[in-house]
Amino acid sequence: MHLTASRPAVGPMVIHDSVIDLIGNTPMVDVSRLSPNPAVKISAKLEGQNPGGSVKDRIALNMILRAEEAGELHEGQTILEPSSGNTGIGLGMICRLRGYKLKIVLPENVSIERRQLLEAFGAEIITSPGEEGSNGAVRLANELIAELPDHAYLYQYGNEANPDAHYRGTGPEIWRDCPEVTHFVAGLGTTGTLMGVGRYLTEQNPDVQIWAIEPPTGELVQGLRNLDDGFVPPVFDPSLLDRRVIVRARESIEWTRRLTLECGIFAGLSSGAALAGAAKVAEKIDSGSIVVLLADGGWKYLSTGAWTDDLDEAEAKASKIVYF
Amino acid sequence: MAVEIRLPTILRPHAGGETTVAAEGATVGELFADLTSQFPGMKGQLLNADGSLHRFVNVYVNDEDIRYLEQLDTKVAGTDQISILPAVAGG
Repeated sequence: MHLTASRPAVGPMVIHDSVIDLIGNTPMVDVSRLSPNPAVKISAKLEGQNPGGSVKDRIALNMILRAEEAGELHEGQTILEPSSGNTGIGLGMICRLRGYKLKIVLPENVSIERRQLLEAFGAEIITSPGEEGSNGAVRLANELIAELPDHAYLYQYGNEANPDAHYRGTGPEIWRDCPEVTHFVAGLGTTGTLMGVGRYLTEQNPDVQIWAIEPPTGELVQGLRNLDDGFVPPVFDPSLLDRRVIVRARESIEWTRRLTLECGIFAGLSSGAALAGAAKVAEKIDSGSIVVLLADGGWKYLSTGAWTDDLDEAEAKASKIVYF
Repeated sequence: MAVEIRLPTILRPHAGGETTVAAEGATVGELFADLTSQFPGMKGQLLNADGSLHRFVNVYVNDEDIRYLEQLDTKVAGTDQISILPAVAGG
């Protein structure tokens, strides 16, 4: 390919009505140089290119649009949502443009940049105990909404508009750009990405495998009283997954660094985890084409020292925060 | 054959506060049978009355969820790392 100083202009310049129009249709980049198997191609979908900086812009928009259509949101209303950050940031951006107020229930142990971005978009933050992780944010939001009947509750964990955003958007984009896909790998949080993309891709080709990557969140969450305090998102359909694999903080950081240093991609810690998962897939198969979803950019994790600290120190810091 | 099992915080009180315990067995199910005979308080926590895995318990062999391997029939060797974690929210 002929390289120029920047991407050549193709077609007429478009001035968008708002940044909402820039959500989705994210680019894919070949990162096969990180593949441990030369017969396995790895393509990364850069969700950090969304205007709010993460894949969660997609679900934030779809949840709001569907609620508006259903007449469940009116101008000036306040939305309450539990979020470890990215969904809240996406909602914050869209709420500014569509005239809603926003309250986010946020675990206290997220990176400072996530909190600052929510504040930048004018969201009110209600802090939930760090030792309860995202479970604590969900619990507190459920308690609060019972006392705030005038607030709208989108509830990403149980809202079908979450996986639907990926079924309508992310999945078709991947199929359009990489119809040879054999494996889709992404992080497991609300499970919405894996559910929506997984359903779409397996409808196109039942042989596509869906791999979920997760951090050892259950080790971080110390505040459960008993196992019945556990949580499985209502939108989760376990039958859609083929494998579910833990990637720990150290390995996540190592792969996040490799993405930056070897591919020039500055992505967040969950992206490093997803890429580590893609490498595990590549080691297990003879040949194939893996699509890995990089959920956000690295900007929100600079304070964790993930790129700049000694690996042991960075691991210790990352092990104490919610980064998925 | 003894296999090491990492316990989540929530189950440690049933094992005298230990972070890891050893159990005998060639499958995860056999390990759990030994584990719950050593620490009877764990039985109702890990398994349902019908012997299936509790909905809010995830078990990993070398960091792979056994629900996507062979469930409780997943084979284990002495060098394998078994982790039990509560199902918690992400996102």
